[in-house]
Amino acid sequence: MTAPLIRAENLSVRLDGRVVLQDVDFEIRSGEIVTIVGPNGSGKSTLLRALIGAIVPARGRVVRAPGLRIGYVPQKLAIDASLPMTVQRFLNLPRRIGTREALAALDQAGVPDLHDRQMADLSGGQFQRVLLARALLEDPQILMLDEATQGLDQPGSAAFYRRIEAVRRDTGCAVLMVSHDLHVVMAASDRVLCMNGHICCEGTPEVVASAPEYRALFGTGTGGTLALYRHEHHHSHDHDHPNPHPGHAHETET
Amino acid sequence: MLDDFLIRAALAGVGVALAAAPLGCFVVWRRMAYFGEATAHAAILGVALSLALSLPLVPAVLGAALAMALAVSALSGRGYAMDTLLGVAAHTALAAGLVAVALLADRGAARLDLMAFLFGDILAVNRADLAVIWGGAAVVAGLTAWRWPSLLMSTLNPDLARASGFDPRREELGLTLALAIVVAVAIKVVGVLLIAAMLVIPPAAARPLVRTPEAMAIGAALLGAVSALAGLWVSFLLDTPTGPSIVCVAAGLFLFTTAAGGLRGRV
Repeated sequence: MTAPLIRAENLSVRLDGRVVLQDVDFEIRSGEIVTIVGPNGSGKSTLLRALIGAIVPARGRVVRAPGLRIGYVPQKLAIDASLPMTVQRFLNLPRRIGTREALAALDQAGVPDLHDRQMADLSGGQFQRVLLARALLEDPQILMLDEATQGLDQPGSAAFYRRIEAVRRDTGCAVLMVSHDLHVVMAASDRVLCMNGHICCEGTPEVVASAPEYRALFGTGTGGTLALYRHEHHHSHDHDHPNPHPGHAHETET
Repeated sequence: MLDDFLIRAALAGVGVALAAAPLGCFVVWRRMAYFGEATAHAAILGVALSLALSLPLVPAVLGAALAMALAVSALSGRGYAMDTLLGVAAHTALAAGLVAVALLADRGAARLDLMAFLFGDILAVNRADLAVIWGGAAVVAGLTAWRWPSLLMSTLNPDLARASGFDPRREELGLTLALAIVVAVAIKVVGVLLIAAMLVIPPAAARPLVRTPEAMAIGAALLGAVSALAGLWVSFLLDTPTGPSIVCVAAGLFLFTTAAGGLRGRV
């Protein structure tokens, strides 16, 4: 088995004097898709930021493989109106690439005609695709996505995750993502981490969905997956099977 | 050629405009205008320091500006809003500096023209001053050109920079250092009170005309240089103080490009 790309040992993080993460052990290896779920304020984004080295841990440590290339898609990227930035220029950060490569990247991302537009003028979905395209241009060994589908509608986020899976298949990079789109994400993941300041439970989507800790956070006592589907029904009206069989999560999407 | 005081003044003005342009862009993008103001006002403390200890002016101003910038950075996020903290720091530095200079001048430590430090005295620039100004401009331009990609990424999003292997805190420190250098070289040309104007106004004037960060830096340099030369000419024609005349021309350019950009946006 290969060495982990990133490993966190006994990681604790304090922000403004508050303990946000406690005793987190985590590792991710090449080619894995790992999803972090958890309620708001449970430390999901903080874990991601600690893993890239943006936060100094109070205790424990983070070990990244030497020279690790990270493709990071932040939760939000507010570009100040005073900063002019075309899509083409943004894709050239941090490394200069040719126009052809930039156009190809946009083509792949499904937004071929944007290269000359200002970043500030893009719609939410276009912006997310450009962020992902830029992260992929770094030729990452690991792709880290923090709520990358925020602001996308359901077909939009489903397409986004299909693309992530395709990227993993084509490049073999690992994917670590934080998400709220629980059932879509669960279907795509090899491993799910359920967090609430610490890691409550961890394992394959099926194992986590039926774990009592997970149900305590997300479920309503009817079984994790089922509860999730009911939750989704509040937001969409295009489902015609109100009581899908638990455990077949990956068949209903894509 | 350098014997003519007008030529020296023109070269000094253009040099300051070139030093201030790339840095001023970051000041605007990162919303650090007030931070620039506080750092610039600390320069008057540097003047007092140089009088008290008989130090050469430029290193004393550089040191005071740097100390102020680092102190404000260290204090930020400790209970006060940043603009409150900067408001306290900027005006305290200016007031304390003026008091200190007055005390020292009273004791006969030196006779000095306070107005020259507050508003600049570009017509009195000598060859040594020119060397300092162009040397400082070269250092700032070199620093920003060298760190450009990581500075841009740190400005967009510190986590994004971190993930790409840059250290946003180090980039911030570099900007702080460059800011202190600009303050030190600009004090003779536009004076303590108007340094921040040379940082902020040319980039703001360039903004409606450009589509990329690089174009904005170049545009700011050009508009800054035009402001310096036209301001010098206006002050010569109308017998007005030179530093304020330069800033007025820059402000006029800002109004013009903003109006032009607004019109273009409406079509």
